[in-house]
Amino acid sequence: MLDITEYKGVWTLGEVRDEKISPISYELLAWGRKLANALNVDLASVIMGKDVKNELNKLVHFGADVVYVVEHPKLEHFLPDVHARILEALVKEFRPEIFIASATTYGRTVMPILSAKLKTGLTADCTELNVDTQEKLLLQTRPAIGGNVMATIKTPLHRPQMATVRPKGKKPMKPNMTRTGKIIFKEYSEKMYESKYKWLSFERDKTSDLPIQEADVIIAGGKGIKDGKNFSMLYDLANIFGGSVGASRSAVDMGWIPYSHQVGLSGKTVSPRLYIAAGISGAVQHVAGMSSSETVVAINTDPDAPIFKVADFGIVGNALEILPVLLKKLSESKE
Amino acid sequence: MRIAVLIKQVPATDKVKMDEKTGTMIRSEMESELNPLDMYAVEEAVRIKERLGKKVYITVISMGPSQAVEAIKDAISMGCDDGYLLSDRQFAGADTFATAYTLSAAIRKIRRFELVFTGERATDGETGQVGPSVAAQLDIPVVTYVSCVEKITDDTIRVQRLIEGGHETIEVSLPALLSVVKEINEPRIPNLAGKMKAKSTTVLTLTADQIGVSLDKTGLSGSPTRVVKMFYPKLSRDGRIVKARDVDTVVDELIEFMRKRKLI
Repeated sequence: MLDITEYKGVWTLGEVRDEKISPISYELLAWGRKLANALNVDLASVIMGKDVKNELNKLVHFGADVVYVVEHPKLEHFLPDVHARILEALVKEFRPEIFIASATTYGRTVMPILSAKLKTGLTADCTELNVDTQEKLLLQTRPAIGGNVMATIKTPLHRPQMATVRPKGKKPMKPNMTRTGKIIFKEYSEKMYESKYKWLSFERDKTSDLPIQEADVIIAGGKGIKDGKNFSMLYDLANIFGGSVGASRSAVDMGWIPYSHQVGLSGKTVSPRLYIAAGISGAVQHVAGMSSSETVVAINTDPDAPIFKVADFGIVGNALEILPVLLKKLSESKE
Repeated sequence: MRIAVLIKQVPATDKVKMDEKTGTMIRSEMESELNPLDMYAVEEAVRIKERLGKKVYITVISMGPSQAVEAIKDAISMGCDDGYLLSDRQFAGADTFATAYTLSAAIRKIRRFELVFTGERATDGETGQVGPSVAAQLDIPVVTYVSCVEKITDDTIRVQRLIEGGHETIEVSLPALLSVVKEINEPRIPNLAGKMKAKSTTVLTLTADQIGVSLDKTGLSGSPTRVVKMFYPKLSRDGRIVKARDVDTVVDELIEFMRKRKLI
């Protein structure tokens, strides 16, 4: 049986995108800091990439006590077998009690592979993490069945206790430029970098710079937007907020906007600070994907539309008449 | 080429009840369906079969209670060839690790597959973890979020992945497991011939004994995670709803509301 007392410390899995450390990494440190403080242990960030040296201190400023770094040309792109193999070696050497990652496509791929290799538990897409201070166990809370049920889960006898957390679930802490930490570079033999994958190319989605899962503000459109052309209005609004455009399933099925923008049970689950649902009726399948948003504004012509039940502010009216006025007033006040 | 498609039967209704004590779902007396996101996995397997011809054989595999045979038959009616249901009381209460353990053991038992397909996630548990975990436990590569199969040869497959900000093209050696997203295709409606075939196909049931899994690794006893609490969150927000008699006024009110919440 595993001696769980040999496992100490909280780890977060940093992400590198476009050769830069992604803000997701700093968000994770905010999640991890709370846990590390409650357990009175170190907080670490693990970062793998081709060349990440320049930004490592930033991870310390944002809350890491220790940074584990692995650099190699083969780490430029995400080759799942290589990433999982290196993480497995790191965990086996340093034995963290908790290891969390973001529920991005990266985290949701590498973490289940890693947890299977380590034969430990993994809880997906948590919206809350706490520590049971008596038992010193991680309490992982997550929604299921479209947010209708919440479950709190623990991993009593296996280590590390692993979880992915919903992106945008927490803001990064304020960076503290005077913080100091330990930076540990690890090197592995070339054999560790052998892969069954060959990375070929990446084509950027022209309709958005910011994936909806990572947006602070989402302007989402549904059937009530009536036409794909009218989505330009939503993009203009999203630009003002520095946010992204989302869509209901029907808008995607009509071909008005690509699937990567779909919010809901068969699309993405999002938790922005502000979600504006324009011309979306709010079928349960849609609400499942956005009910954890901080503030919800709904605009719909039908006063009985279910979206109003989950709205903090609702306007019974035509989105096509209201959005242009909102756009005009907001851009005027910006000037 | 042999293809396996892993599917799950999920509750069709959105109002699902859970057993507060065990933390597991109460599945009896509830309408169930093939997980909608698995239909894309089934469809993609069938399209590969159509593209490559008769030498492709598709096996549907699911773990669940006896009524999950219906979901397997739905997949067969879309063009799969045969099906296995992994069903045993010992499997109950499994988390994603134990589920993946049982599925991977059954795959090993059934035969070698060059390709294994799964949906992105199930609409009830919504973890998306079982596919990658099965691949890891079979020690084969996994490609997640597959939005397009570009090319298959005898020993490699080239696919696109839908990831944050765009599409990535990647090639991987076979055997491999692919989890697909909704963007990949438009699942067909089964035709009469398909339905007839599903009706006449016998779905084989495999128990823990027949698969040869050790009981301490399946079901609740094989699960590293434990549900300690369940609760039903209040989703409704009792927000302020206003009628847009005058668009100008109502937009001003909205802006005022967003200001108060420090959103602008």
